[in-house]
Amino acid sequence: MTNLIIEVSKYLLIICMVIYTAESFTVFIKKSESAQEFLYLRQVLMILLIHFIAFMVLYLEMEEDQLMFFWGSQVIYLLAVQVLVRNLYPQASKLLLNNMCLLIAIGFIMITRLSYDQSIRQFQILAISTVIALFIPIIIRKWKFLQKGTWFYAAVGIGLLAAVAVLGRSSYGAKLSISIGPITIQPSEFVKIIFVFCIASLFAKASDFRQIVIATVLAAVHVLILVVSTDLGGALIFFSTYLMMLYAATKKPIYTVAGIAAGCVAAVLAYFLFSHVRVRVEIWRDPFATYEGSGYQIAQSLFSIAAGGWFGTGLFQGSPGMIPIVEQDFMFSAIAEELGGIFCICLILVYLNCFMMFLNVAMGLRNKFYRIIGLGFGCMLTVQIFLTIGGAMKMIPSTGVTLPLISYGGSSVMSTLIIFFIVQGLYLVKEDEDEEIERAKIYEQYQREYGKQGTGDNARTQYSQSEYGYRPTR
Amino acid sequence: MQGRNIHNLNTDTDRQDKKPKKRRKRNREFMRVTWIFITMFLVLCTYLVYFNVFRAEEINTNSYNTKQNDRKSDIQRGQILSADGEILAATTYDTEGNEQRAYPYGRIFSHVVGYYVNGKSGLEAKCDYDLTDSHISFLKQLEYTAEGQKVLGDNIYLTLDTDLQQAAYNALGDNKGAVVVMEASTGKILAMVSKPDFDPGTIGENWESLTSEDADSPLLNRATQGLYPPGSTFKILTTLAFMRQNPNYQDYTYDCIGYISKEDVTVTCYNSEIHGWEDLKSSFAHSCNSSFCNIGLELDNQEFIDLCNDFGFNSSLPLNYMEYSRSQFNLEANSSYGEEMTTAIGQGETLVSPLHMAMIASSVANGGVMMTPYLIDRVQTSEGDLVKETTPTAYKTVMSAEEAGVLAEYMRETVLSGTATALYNDTYSCAGKTGSAEYDNGEQQGTHSWFVGFTNVDNPELVISVLVEDGGSGSESAVPITKQILDSYYYNYDNTYGGGY
Repeated sequence: MTNLIIEVSKYLLIICMVIYTAESFTVFIKKSESAQEFLYLRQVLMILLIHFIAFMVLYLEMEEDQLMFFWGSQVIYLLAVQVLVRNLYPQASKLLLNNMCLLIAIGFIMITRLSYDQSIRQFQILAISTVIALFIPIIIRKWKFLQKGTWFYAAVGIGLLAAVAVLGRSSYGAKLSISIGPITIQPSEFVKIIFVFCIASLFAKASDFRQIVIATVLAAVHVLILVVSTDLGGALIFFSTYLMMLYAATKKPIYTVAGIAAGCVAAVLAYFLFSHVRVRVEIWRDPFATYEGSGYQIAQSLFSIAAGGWFGTGLFQGSPGMIPIVEQDFMFSAIAEELGGIFCICLILVYLNCFMMFLNVAMGLRNKFYRIIGLGFGCMLTVQIFLTIGGAMKMIPSTGVTLPLISYGGSSVMSTLIIFFIVQGLYLVKEDEDEEIERAKIYEQYQREYGKQGTGDNARTQYSQSEYGYRPTR
Repeated sequence: MQGRNIHNLNTDTDRQDKKPKKRRKRNREFMRVTWIFITMFLVLCTYLVYFNVFRAEEINTNSYNTKQNDRKSDIQRGQILSADGEILAATTYDTEGNEQRAYPYGRIFSHVVGYYVNGKSGLEAKCDYDLTDSHISFLKQLEYTAEGQKVLGDNIYLTLDTDLQQAAYNALGDNKGAVVVMEASTGKILAMVSKPDFDPGTIGENWESLTSEDADSPLLNRATQGLYPPGSTFKILTTLAFMRQNPNYQDYTYDCIGYISKEDVTVTCYNSEIHGWEDLKSSFAHSCNSSFCNIGLELDNQEFIDLCNDFGFNSSLPLNYMEYSRSQFNLEANSSYGEEMTTAIGQGETLVSPLHMAMIASSVANGGVMMTPYLIDRVQTSEGDLVKETTPTAYKTVMSAEEAGVLAEYMRETVLSGTATALYNDTYSCAGKTGSAEYDNGEQQGTHSWFVGFTNVDNPELVISVLVEDGGSGSESAVPITKQILDSYYYNYDNTYGGGY
C-alpha cells in the first residue's frame, strides 16, 4: 500500500507543479484583477498541496513522528508569509511572492529528505531571515539615501571579501566562509547585494567614461579577490552581473563586448595559471576518467539525473545522497532524480518567471538607481541558476554554487530572501512613482484646460470625458 | 465646442503614442538583456531534454553506475533470450523463496550472457538497466504492487542463434580460443564463443579457482577482449594498401625462394615452402610471406597507417553493450625494414581481437561497408510489447565496392587453390584467409591458428572469425573448426534458414 501511495504521489507532485508553472505564465494574459487574484490563490493551494503530498511520503518513509509538527510549522510559516506580505505590502507582486514560497517549500521537502537534522536548522535560519526581510520593502521605499553610498558599499564589500580571503575557512577547495563563534557565515552571499547597490549608485549618478572606469576598477577588485579565494562561481556571477549593469547604464554594447572579450582572455589565462581551474575543466570533459577521484561528484550527479528520467524515482526511491555535498551544490540533481525531469523543467521555468518579474519592475521604474538594481539582481539570480544547473548536468564545468532558495546554507538562503524582498520594495517604489506621475499628469492637464477656458468647471468636465470615457474613433 | 473637442483628442492621442515610445526607448537595453537571459533559461531546459533523450541511456548503463542495485527490490529482473526464443538467463526462486539467477544453457553462452554473482559481467552487467526496468502499463504495475508482487522486468532478445552457438561451442572443443559468426548484411552476431569458459550458475562456488592465476582467464571473453597477432589474416589489409598505392597491382610478380632477406633480417615462408613465380592473387591465396614482406618494403608507411586506423585500429570500435579491447597497429613513417616486413605479414606489434577481424572480413563481404556488430535484437516487456529494437546500421565505408570485389576474389581463391581448400565443397561456397600467428612473450612461444572469411560468395551470408590459441597453422585447426561449424549450419538447417543449397 505504501508503495502504491508513493507511486501515485510522484505523478500528483508533477501535475501540481505543471499547473503551478503554467499559471505563473498565463497570469500575464488574464485581464481582470479578480481573475488574477483567484489564480494567485490557486497557486498558493498548489504550493500547499505539493508540500503536503511530499511530506506524507516523507512521513511514510521516515516514520518520524516529529515530522508532523515539522510539516505543521512549515505550513504556518508559508501561510504567515503570505498573509503578512499581502497585508503589509498590498502593492507587492503576488506572483513573485508565490514563486518565492514555492521555491522555499521545495527546499523544505528536499532538505528534509536528504538530511533531516540540517533541515531543522535551515528552517530556523529561514524563519529569522524572513522576519528581517519583511522590513526590507519599507526600507527600500523610505531610505532614499541608499542611492548615495557608493564608497561605503565598496569599502564594506571589498573589506568582507578580503577578510574571507585572508581569514577564511577552506571548504571543498574554496575559501568561502568565516566563523564567528558558533555561526559560520559566507560573506560573499551578502557582498552580492552590496555589490549591486554599489555599482547601481555609481551609474545612477552618471554613466560617463570616468564613472565607467571607477566602476570597472571596483568590479575588478571584487572579482579578483574571489578568484584568489578560488570561488570561481562567485567570480563569474559578479563579473557577468557587472557587465549587464554596465550595458544597461551606458547603453553602449561596445563596453560589454570588450568586457566579455577580456573575460574570455582571463578565463584562458586562469586555465593555465591555476591548477584548480584545469581540474574543473578536465572533470567537465570526462568525469569518468577520474571517477575514483575528482570526477566522482559530477559522475554521481549525472547518474542521478539519468536515473530520474522524466518522472523521477519518487521521494526516497533514489539515492541522491551518493553525490557528495548534494544538499548545497547539487540540489538540482537530487530533485531530478527523485521528482523527475518534467518537474525540473517546471522549476527552471519558475526561476525564469522570477527573473521576468525582476526585470518587469525594473523596466516599469523611472529612477535609474532602482532600475539598475532590479536588472542587477535579475542577472545575478539567472547566472547563479545557470551555473548550478548547467554544472550539475555537465553542460558547463561545475563551479559549486547554490540553487537559490532551495539549497541548504543559511547565508545563501538569507541573502536570496533579502534580494526577493528588495525587489518587492521596488514594486512599492514603482507604485509611488506611478502615483506621482499620475498626479503630475492630472495637474498638467488641468492646467492646460483651465488656462485655455478660463472656466474651471467646464474644463474639468471636458477632461474627464477625454481621459476616462471618450475613445478616439480613428 | 466642436473644434476644441478635436483639439483635445489630438493631444490625448499624442500623449498615448509618445509615452510608450519613450518608455520603449528607455527600456531598449533592458529588453535586450531580458531576451539574452530568457535564452539562458531555455538553453537549460533544452539541454535537460537533450540529456534525457540522448544521453541518459548511456549514463544509466555506465559501468560505474550502481543506481540499479537500488531498484532491484521492486522489479523482478527480466530474462535474456536467444533469437529463437530460448531462455538463456532467468530469475527463479529456490525452495525458501530467495531469488536466484538460472542459466539453462550453462557454459555455452557464458561469456556473452555473463554472470550475476560476485559482481556482474557480460550482458547481465551491460543490460542491467533494461533488465531492472519495466515498461508494462502503469495500471498493470499498480496491480502487481497492490497484490504485493514484484513487477516483471523487461526481457532482452539477443541476436544469437542457439543452434549455431551450440555448433560453434562444440566445434571449438577443448581448444582455447574464440569463434564469432555474424550475418554479413546486418552485423547481427549469430554466435560468439570463447574458451576456456565457466558455468555462470555455479560461479559463486568456483570463484577462486576461476580467478586463480593458472586458470587461463576463463572469465575473459576472448572474442572481444582477447588481443592476438593477426598473422596472415592481416594480409587482407596489406593487399588493400598495395592495391591503393599501385593501380597496376595486377602486373605485380614475385619469385619466391622460400625466404626473403633485407640487410640483417630474414623472413621465411611457412614451413620454408618455395612458392616460385606468383602474382598478387596467388601470393595471397598461398599466403606467401616472402612476397608480402617484399610488398611491405614497397608500401608508403604513412598511407598504410592511415588505412589501418580507418579500419578501426588504435581507436574505439562501435561495440555497444560489449566489453572489448582496442586493437593495436604500430608502424611509423621511418620504421626499419624488419618492422616493415613483419608488419606486412601481421606479426610485428599488431594485435587484434577475433571480433574485429570478423568486422574486417564483413566489410569485404559487404561491398566495402563495415556494419556495426550488435548482440541485442530487441527489448520487450514481460507481456511481449516491444520496448526498443536495434536496427542494423553501417558503421562506415572502409573501401570501394571494386576493392572489396577484388579482395573477395582473392579470398575465394584461397579456398579454391590456396591454404583453405579444405573448405571447398559443392554445397556452399566459402571465401577467406588463413593465418598462423607466431607469438613469443618471453615465457612462451607458439603459433595461433586463424581463419576469417564468409560464405555464399555471390551474396554473402555468414561472416566467420575463428581463433585457436596454439593451434598451429590456419589450416591445421582454425579451418577444420570453421568447416565443422559451417557444415552443421548448411547441412542440418537447410530448411530452417532457406539458404537454397
